[in-house]
Amino acid sequence: MLPWLTALMLALLAYGLYGGLVLAPADYQQGDSFRIIYVHVPAAWMSMFIYMMMAVSGAIGLIWHIKLAEIVSICSAPIGASFTLLALITGSLWGKPMWGTWWVWDARLTSELILLFLYLGVIGLYNAIEDKRTASRSVAILALVGVVNIPIIHYSVEWWSSLHQGPTVTKFAKPSIHIDMLIPLLVMAVAFKVYYVIALLLRSRNELVQREQGGRWLDDILEEK
Amino acid sequence: MSEFLHMGGYAFYVWTSYGIAFAIMLFGIIKPLMQHKQQLRQLQLKRKRGLK
Repeated sequence: MLPWLTALMLALLAYGLYGGLVLAPADYQQGDSFRIIYVHVPAAWMSMFIYMMMAVSGAIGLIWHIKLAEIVSICSAPIGASFTLLALITGSLWGKPMWGTWWVWDARLTSELILLFLYLGVIGLYNAIEDKRTASRSVAILALVGVVNIPIIHYSVEWWSSLHQGPTVTKFAKPSIHIDMLIPLLVMAVAFKVYYVIALLLRSRNELVQREQGGRWLDDILEEK
Repeated sequence: MSEFLHMGGYAFYVWTSYGIAFAIMLFGIIKPLMQHKQQLRQLQLKRKRGLK
């Protein structure tokens, strides 16, 4: 399945990048700098989406003691953290030419930074506890508490006035972004989702092997190789 | 082409963003792959020791 997913992701990335960097017209206010949107916004969406995946699968592991849910939960954390970091860095690189500053302590940026710390907290806590079943339960609770941050990030630009621009895509009315700009953005978002699945599968495999050392099926696989 | 690379004067910001995105995402794939290889090596080693 991995080669297929990789091919799909590369095709989507190629189309999204071409559409975003070449086909889409320059923004009438921001010129070509707006093209950062094609990595910034999908990364920011993923940072929240993966957090919800981590929290929900953490809850499933907590309630039904499903090992696989625990593994999905903890393996999502580093991927989500990297997307959060990416959203912050690209946001900074976009903010400098447009706002004249790398960083402001406004609600959107601060809550996204808190999200990064939540991810790092989850990873740190998991690594600090020796027994992985216990670690998964503790991490799930931490992740669930942190869910409160997600709507804060999403609505921060509406609740507080900010340098950050308001929502241009996820509005129930017609999005206030031109269709030629929007399509590559959505394609990039899907490409990032596929990337998440690939990275998650790779990490989950490692985590599973780590946990199941000495298991019979693992021995059988090693025998074949 | 050079106009494209120039990005209307925002070349540094745009290309740095894309470069960092590429680096972070590539790292997120390569690291678990390398980890997996190392795991298999260690497990094989353990197994051989166990068999002797």
